[in-house]
Amino acid sequence: MNNLYREEILEHYRSPQNFGFIENFSIKSKQTNPFCGDEIEIFINWKSTNKYKKKQISVGEISFNGYGCAISIASASILTEYSKGKAINELTKFSQKDMLRLLGVEVSEARKKCALLALGVLRDCLYAT
Amino acid sequence: MKKYRDDFPIFSKISSLIYLDSASTSQKPQCVIDSVSNFYTTYNSNIHRGLYKIAEMATLEVEKARIKISTFINASSPDEIIFTHGTTEGINIIMNGLKKFISEGSAILLTEMEHNSNLVPWQKIAKEKKAKLYYWAIDKNGQLCDEIKDEYNNIVFTSLLDIPLLSIVALCHVSNVLGTIVDIKKIASLLTEKYGDKNKPFIIVDAAQSAPHFSINVQDMGCDFLVFSGHKMMSPTGIGILFGKKKILKEIDPLIYGSQMIREVSKNLTTFTESPQKFESGTLPIEAIIGLSSAIDYLNRIGIKNVRMHEIELTEYAMIKMNKIEGLTIYGPLKSNDRSGAISFSLENIHPHDIAQILGDMNICIRAGHHCAQILHSVLGIQASARVSFYIYNDRDDVDLFISGIKKVKSIFKK
Repeated sequence: MNNLYREEILEHYRSPQNFGFIENFSIKSKQTNPFCGDEIEIFINWKSTNKYKKKQISVGEISFNGYGCAISIASASILTEYSKGKAINELTKFSQKDMLRLLGVEVSEARKKCALLALGVLRDCLYAT
Repeated sequence: MKKYRDDFPIFSKISSLIYLDSASTSQKPQCVIDSVSNFYTTYNSNIHRGLYKIAEMATLEVEKARIKISTFINASSPDEIIFTHGTTEGINIIMNGLKKFISEGSAILLTEMEHNSNLVPWQKIAKEKKAKLYYWAIDKNGQLCDEIKDEYNNIVFTSLLDIPLLSIVALCHVSNVLGTIVDIKKIASLLTEKYGDKNKPFIIVDAAQSAPHFSINVQDMGCDFLVFSGHKMMSPTGIGILFGKKKILKEIDPLIYGSQMIREVSKNLTTFTESPQKFESGTLPIEAIIGLSSAIDYLNRIGIKNVRMHEIELTEYAMIKMNKIEGLTIYGPLKSNDRSGAISFSLENIHPHDIAQILGDMNICIRAGHHCAQILHSVLGIQASARVSFYIYNDRDDVDLFISGIKKVKSIFKK
């Protein structure tokens, strides 16, 4: 037990990476988990060498803001860290399974919505771009 | 009360189970499980129609259940007892039936503590009918204030009697989050005194959290409708009870149309039966009714007053222990006499989901979230809370293990 609350996750929860706002963002998106009120908002500043080719648009700056349980905050922290510098088409392929693998802990069915909240927001950002 | 725990087979199957989520659903005693099994193995058949022995037996058992429930809440007749699928369906039947009495500009009064089940249907009908929807505010201790504030329109009524064109008062008997006990009788007498029995607003009581633990007397309370679910009082899921005053049931339309409720059908005209069958279209969950009947017998054997006394004693014990934990905040009334055995709390800034998950891994079952009461949580200024709730199978050992679990949660997040 408590694998879910191993030190790495708790560390991301206590001091999340990329927490805060980006002033001049290219896109932002927000989602709420209606069951517990958790809320994650992601801000992205795209870096592009050729704006017509998604392959060449990548994450320049990324941050997130919000509140939630250890799992949703740690997921957002880990996901934003992972996304840095990645191209849009690469992130589009990043699946829910990949997210759970990246989190590295076993998540029960009920907690999956916490673990996948940030990914949902990231996807909204990708689709809107 | 240790002896009652032995009546619940789940606790011998899972000896480490600490079940503190009875406000959500209760565990089932062997006698209830046996009654359902006995139905399926010895007289399974549909009710009301069959002209053979086992059908007669099933019909008899279902109608016996109706009489038992009628006595349990002191209705004036078993015809006032309608079988539903649960509290939510019951409220929807009432909302649908009463909508013809709601006119533009009339008022519906709820409390800030309502479960979504007793809120969303009224919100919907208020919008449809352009009626006003007011929420009776609660004070710091989770008790209803004297005055009723309408923050949206910035109106304060000093009493519920000042609300113009009040047509519906729908409130919980006991809050599923705060445990607050609402004095329905007092509210009903105030309204009856002012408007008279005939013209007073309809009073609808959500008794989902009270029926399993409190002695209920609908005639003494003075309500027009009262609803509850079986599964929170040890019956199977899928069965609920709607009590309604006979003369109002006669006047209102059912929500669901189909068989069972029919007197006569011709190609262009159908006439309906009277209550309760008028509201019981489709095949009822017979096994759940039989299970509920057995659960009521079981509760009567224990004595509902003893159930409540046990709950007060255990709530008192738990609240004393919980209050000693630094950073733990309990919501709702401070005295165990003024509340049910549902205790919602927060612990420092640890998310309720994390609390419930860590306890869950220790087989200590508690609830976390907004408990279908989002408006209440925003009034409390929190996103979610954690909740423990007790029933007759719980004892002090359960509370002690819960407390040590809470200490463990604290230590995990402290590092």
